[in-house]
Amino acid sequence: MFELIRINKRKSFALFLLMGAFLLTLGYFIGRIWFPNSEGGLAGILIAAAVWLILTLISYFSGGSILMATSGAVEVARDAHPQLFNVVEEMKIAANLPAMPKIFIIPEKAPNAFATGVKPEKCAVAVTAGLLDRLNRDELQGVIAHEISHILNRDVLFMTFSGILLGSIVLISHVFFRSMWFGSTRRYRSGSSREGGGQAMVLVLTILLAILAPIIARLLYLAISRKREYLADASAARLTRYPEGLASALEKISGTDIVLQSANDVTAPMYITSPLRKKARRKSSALTSTHPPVKERIRILRALSQGVSYNSYQAAFAHIRGGTIIPPSGLQDTGPIPVRDVSSGSRSRDKKTSQRDLGDLMRAVNNFIFLTCSCGLKIKIPPDFKDATLSCPRCHKIHTVPLTGTPVRRGKKKKPAKAVTQSSPEQTYHRNGSGWETFSCNCGQPLLLSPDFKGEKLQCFSCGRNISIS
Amino acid sequence: MIGLWIFIAVLVLLVFNMISIYNGLIRLKNQVENGWSQIDVQLKRRHDLIPNLVETAKGYMKHERGTLEGITEARSRAMGAGSVGEKAVAEKGLSSAMSKFFLVVENYPDLKANQNFLAVQEELSSTENKIAFARQNYNDQVLFFNNKIEMFPSNIMAGMFNFSKAEFFELEDAAEKEVPKVDFS
Repeated sequence: MFELIRINKRKSFALFLLMGAFLLTLGYFIGRIWFPNSEGGLAGILIAAAVWLILTLISYFSGGSILMATSGAVEVARDAHPQLFNVVEEMKIAANLPAMPKIFIIPEKAPNAFATGVKPEKCAVAVTAGLLDRLNRDELQGVIAHEISHILNRDVLFMTFSGILLGSIVLISHVFFRSMWFGSTRRYRSGSSREGGGQAMVLVLTILLAILAPIIARLLYLAISRKREYLADASAARLTRYPEGLASALEKISGTDIVLQSANDVTAPMYITSPLRKKARRKSSALTSTHPPVKERIRILRALSQGVSYNSYQAAFAHIRGGTIIPPSGLQDTGPIPVRDVSSGSRSRDKKTSQRDLGDLMRAVNNFIFLTCSCGLKIKIPPDFKDATLSCPRCHKIHTVPLTGTPVRRGKKKKPAKAVTQSSPEQTYHRNGSGWETFSCNCGQPLLLSPDFKGEKLQCFSCGRNISIS
Repeated sequence: MIGLWIFIAVLVLLVFNMISIYNGLIRLKNQVENGWSQIDVQLKRRHDLIPNLVETAKGYMKHERGTLEGITEARSRAMGAGSVGEKAVAEKGLSSAMSKFFLVVENYPDLKANQNFLAVQEELSSTENKIAFARQNYNDQVLFFNNKIEMFPSNIMAGMFNFSKAEFFELEDAAEKEVPKVDFS
């Protein structure tokens, strides 16, 4: 496993250098065209490198949040979907990630998912509401394992940086063609007549390069992108010990015609399957698609009946598609790994419950407040509900409505106002020991204390009440 | 003169190589320990969740006193277990008591519809998974560590600094091994 990660890193780096060389060569030639008399080539290289550097820095420090913002993902707290949090935590444990990934939900009905994070310490997973609605526990686990594998195998790192490099190449060649179109032709004749012939050669070469470089870079990028999808499938099967989960999840995801509105060409390679419209998918050939064909991925996963080690995946891949996907040195440390049984929590739900859950999820993302009454009924309060109390529709118990308006959104939303915090009375909880403990806040929200929690105060994330721990 | 320099260069390289091998061994050893503590955290968490489950179910299952008591007893036995072998037996007992309980629950549709109960059930089944995955991860780490100890050249360093192989954690096997030892006298 570590061996595989190391190989991945090395290959990524080599490819990264290759694409970088492309970029700089392009910069050199364009520089020769733009500034024919001075040190044009060097200036061109510097400009290209500067564009590259700036874009890389931006993407390194805030690429994740930009991606989340463009895809319309909302970071959610645990109570929005406890099962999702549990499944992510399970995979975090299985993959031995150093930190818990942040979890985002995209409020759309098209089922899909992606992961970001250039390093495992700081990563995030985003899934759509439609995905959560459609998949059962095992399938969800498969999808999350696939996404976590992308982080673990450093695919996100590679895809981000080479994506940026590709972007720089496209940008620079685009600017070059624009300048050719609108710029005066005087510039290209400005050299002395003796140098004219050489300059024309350079011009032809540059045009050729400006046309070809983006295409070649894109093909390289896409080839790697497809390969990494297979690799992440192999890792996911190994992490979950249950390839059928991911296989049937892929089947369900590819079986829908709903288009993910928030995805575009740039973000498409990040998703678990191509989020673009089916028509667009069919048009793109095997060479230019961002993802390998889903049917093939499913067939390979289904062929893993003997075991889920990388060896077995390689064997299945060679049988169905031919060729190697996992380099031999990545195979050394895995013996046969058996497949586990289907888990008990994976019963299919009836349609009515499933629709209700999807509705709840959309509500949670849209700032609804949930109260669980002691009779077991879940009361959903819209964000514009103004009264201080309400009675349970089933057992008529009177509840105090939690006062803070934004229980699920964390981070960017403003903290509850001071006045509000004061009006919700303090609560005290005495710890029994130092292990895991659950207790409920006065608003009815069950709270979980980890053994690592050493603080004296905490704020209920449902009602914002301050609770002192002793 | 050149021979001396080459000798020194080789020596320096060798020392650096040894340091990196040693550090690699320490890192793996820490990961094994970390893996073990993660299993422990999840086992503890399961113990903490069970009172909640019993509390939620009590109101609905008045006639199933025996099943509920069985879980509580199995839990306290698991919490009191000391050695790894004992722990494995007790945890297995707890698991079977709980699967018995969840079978009985099928007869109580009201309980099954209770949101609190569903929440605890999800937490418990997830904790079961986490135990399994933590074990899987621990065993993976043990495998890497043991391989490193056996393979050349790290086996030399391991021998010099007395690194000993770590043990796999096999819940099922350990439990099955222990069961015949129960004394009926």
